[in-house]
Amino acid sequence: MSESEPAEPAADSDPLEVAVEPAPETAPPPAAPAASVLRHRWPARVTHWANALLLLGMIGSGLQIYGAFPRFGLRGAPPLGPNPFDGYRFPVAVRLGGWLAGGLDWHFALAWPFVVTGLFYLGFLIVSGEWKSLLFRPSDLPKAWAMQLYYLRLKKEHPPQGKHNALQKAAYSFIFVLGVLSTATGFAIYKPVQLAWLTALFGGYERARYWHFLAVWLFVGFTLLHVVLVFVVDPASLRAMITGCYRGRFPSHD
Amino acid sequence: MTEDLKIGRLSRRDLLRLGLAGGAASLLSACGWKGGKLGRSAFAAAADLNDWVGERLWLSSSRLAPTYELAERTPEGSFPAYFRSRTVPVLADPAAWALEIGGLVARPMRLTLDQIQALPLITYTVKHHCVEGWTAIGTWTGVPLSAVADLVEPLPAARFLRLDSFDVGYSNGFDLASAMHPQTILAYAYNDRPLTPQHGAPLRLYCPIKLGYKMTKYLTRIDWTAERHGGYWEDRGYPWFGGI
Repeated sequence: MSESEPAEPAADSDPLEVAVEPAPETAPPPAAPAASVLRHRWPARVTHWANALLLLGMIGSGLQIYGAFPRFGLRGAPPLGPNPFDGYRFPVAVRLGGWLAGGLDWHFALAWPFVVTGLFYLGFLIVSGEWKSLLFRPSDLPKAWAMQLYYLRLKKEHPPQGKHNALQKAAYSFIFVLGVLSTATGFAIYKPVQLAWLTALFGGYERARYWHFLAVWLFVGFTLLHVVLVFVVDPASLRAMITGCYRGRFPSHD
Repeated sequence: MTEDLKIGRLSRRDLLRLGLAGGAASLLSACGWKGGKLGRSAFAAAADLNDWVGERLWLSSSRLAPTYELAERTPEGSFPAYFRSRTVPVLADPAAWALEIGGLVARPMRLTLDQIQALPLITYTVKHHCVEGWTAIGTWTGVPLSAVADLVEPLPAARFLRLDSFDVGYSNGFDLASAMHPQTILAYAYNDRPLTPQHGAPLRLYCPIKLGYKMTKYLTRIDWTAERHGGYWEDRGYPWFGGI
């Protein structure tokens, strides 16, 4: 259709190159019109909030369980590794279950939904192709560095990005791997005889328990940073994760 | 500049919302909320599911618990031992003690310690896993429970075991597959010496594929049963299966 009414004589014979105006790469964020777009589909949103609640419950009950033996290493052996919480009982406000058996009840009851949610999310990422905008690749390293410089205010311009910037990709890839590792270390200390190979993979029961506990603090650190960055960098993304609609300054597709 | 201002305005309102939500959640857990009646039955269902998965999917009747070198044993003073009685349970007359074996078996019997020690023994150095999360390595010697089963000949209707003790009402229910596991023994020695009262003298169950609270100490009776018996900690909310 457009070929029938050329407004001006094309310099090149290829119609595609005429149609595509080179986008100005210098300053897209402030000028972006606030049109609402679908940023997160329902499987991403449902698994996100389900995971937030499940993790809260898993960590609360986990800290309850930890209190029954707040140390690492075999009885009578020196501590396995550095642990700022050696011998510490967490305050009741962050514990879930009331006593060891209650904590175990919560932990084992929430573990299956946690695994199912993770598998469902993974399936969604694969089927929808969303993994492509989330997976951190080696080629993202220089972009992540540029992003870090921007956050440290050593660089003025916001580096160009797709749906997620390279640091986000790193964080969201990392957190998925952490979910897998916390599940694997969990099974390793749940069935150290029947799954002895898995327990051995993490260096034995005591070490697997140590890694399982370390995962808690990585989850907590991630969540704190994640929530702070939502409000500081892109508050519109909170609505996008609830309703799916996004009216913010970043592109919603790669 | 204007954009920064906008972000600042949004963040205060949203941070307030976040604070309210977080406060409500921590209040719920601080009050020891256990999920209500519906939550408790959901727990029971989840616990039953985990017992079933533990028994039917995880448990291998032949896979052995890893064994350790003697040099790896936990110093005896560091190996915890516990009981429910106010003081260490000891027999008034050790010579009068005998293990009663009955329930759904063809040949109920009463075995003295001498008779038990005359049976073929096994010994192994394994890791003890407590439900609390601690572990300790020790050597245990005794008679495989499966060898005792051969003597008493359980009936086909027997699907569980019940183990009783003279430690104020301490008992355990046990699944048949774990009871017949080659490493499940009636132990009378710890670290190459007769059991001390702290470790369950004169006879205790040892089973390295279970958590410690499943291993009945101070044994008095073993019954093969058709019904699933709970147990001291199991009746108070700890997992029934307790397999690792």
